[in-house]
Amino acid sequence: MKEEIIIAGFGGQGVLSMGKILAYSGIMQDQEVTWMPSYGPEMRGGTANVTVIISDKRISSPIVNTYDTAIILNQQSLDKFEPMVKAGGLLIYDPNGIIRHPVRKDIHIYSIEAVEEAAKLGNAKAYNMIVLGAFLKLKSIVKMENVIKGLKKSIPERHHHLIPMNEQAIEVGMGAAKQLNAV
Amino acid sequence: MAEKVLKKGNEGIALGAIHCGCDGYFGYPITPQSEVMETLMEEKPWETTGMVVLQAESEIASINMVHGGACCGKKVMTSSSSPGLSLMCEGLSYLAASELPCVVVNVVRGGPGLGTIQPSQGDYYQAVKGGGHGDYKTIVLAPFSAQEMYDFVGLGFDLAFKYRIPVMMLTDGMIGQMMEKVELRPQQARLSDQEIVSRYGSWATTGKTSDRPKNAVTSLALESKVHEALNFKLQAKYAEITEHEVRFETLACEDAEYLLVAYGSVARICESAVEAARAQGIKLGLLRPITLFPFPNVEIQRMIPQLKGILSVELSAGQMVDDIRLAVEGKVPVHFYGRLGGMIPSPQEVLEACKAHYIK
Repeated sequence: MKEEIIIAGFGGQGVLSMGKILAYSGIMQDQEVTWMPSYGPEMRGGTANVTVIISDKRISSPIVNTYDTAIILNQQSLDKFEPMVKAGGLLIYDPNGIIRHPVRKDIHIYSIEAVEEAAKLGNAKAYNMIVLGAFLKLKSIVKMENVIKGLKKSIPERHHHLIPMNEQAIEVGMGAAKQLNAV
Repeated sequence: MAEKVLKKGNEGIALGAIHCGCDGYFGYPITPQSEVMETLMEEKPWETTGMVVLQAESEIASINMVHGGACCGKKVMTSSSSPGLSLMCEGLSYLAASELPCVVVNVVRGGPGLGTIQPSQGDYYQAVKGGGHGDYKTIVLAPFSAQEMYDFVGLGFDLAFKYRIPVMMLTDGMIGQMMEKVELRPQQARLSDQEIVSRYGSWATTGKTSDRPKNAVTSLALESKVHEALNFKLQAKYAEITEHEVRFETLACEDAEYLLVAYGSVARICESAVEAARAQGIKLGLLRPITLFPFPNVEIQRMIPQLKGILSVELSAGQMVDDIRLAVEGKVPVHFYGRLGGMIPSPQEVLEACKAHYIK
């Protein structure tokens, strides 16, 4: 198993931490992982993205040109990364604020209305975990128990009382992904 | 079982320093390596191992604090990025001439000048050929994973004290900023003052007792004969290091007809290029120097009979390629492929460059 994922959106949406939790979940089930962020000026108010690779074998290049999955949270990232999804791959996006929707016919496209779901939960900070839930529903590459372990490792101990809330958000996300096309 | 954590390469350097029993870190912040000091400040090792962590007023102050700590036989280090390293070069020359052990990390960014904060390998010459003035060398280690960032701090100190020489870790923002699995080692105790006296009392300035002559650490020798002797001693040490401390790794080299040579971050990309080439039936291998000084000349020379061509792949305008050409003495064609200014080639681009030169 080798899954190459790009997660992209605005700074502040929890893109990097979602990637970190996913990568930590991989370590918890003894897989190899890399987490390669865009860093520097891009991080300061603009778009943020991170490439996460989870594999059963040693990972060579942490930077790749094509992805098995793209998790997209803004228009710029959709424009940039839609063409880079491998044929037969997966694109999940939040339609909130999207004007030009994905058009490819050779990839699986799902929407996750995470802004709306987070509002229903009454917790805007649950946003990225709802998106993560949608991904895990479609590709269960890491077990839920390892995601919880990954969460514990990723967030400081003083915030561990929030883990049940995060777990709930992941479950909401799992139930809220909608398929938009038939490949 | 050892604890496995997800850490950035830069965080790995900080944890590696604490866990190997480092006595002191002196640094000045600069992207893309600021997480080294940030992590040290978060970990507060002064409360556990007693390690000193100090933000100096400049890079020049940092390297001279390292000089002072090293004179006392302490395990001391600094880290910076390219422009900061340029400022430290005078200090490095003094450290090397005074035969002082230390670890200096350069998380290289694109140059020349203030350049860019994106990854680069443009400081190869500076690291390997000197940088500062005079005939000196530092051992140069090139980590290519977060695990090696963690491990090489301890390895660096071992080598630094074995040979009384500054050890440089040459890396870049790609390895520094990337998170990977890091297996942590058990905490090593810092050496006590008594242990330092018993191990390094012959040279370290640990406080003179009445039963021995004074120890002096200096790089000044105004008399030519004395200074030539000092230089010969340094050169003999570098020859010994060249003979005993070469480190490298190979991938798919047994039957390789074409060879990529790459270190650090780019070696990761070249690994993928080799996998892609093998899938196409091209007999491509990779040699990854882990030590840049000493350079794996002998291993490259050993492969000459089987090779039709070598490609040096670097994030520079072509620096390591000189050392490869010196190693093969014209017996095999050597070409160069590189990107500059923070651009990172894809595995496909590397493979295409190799094909363009050798496989028409």
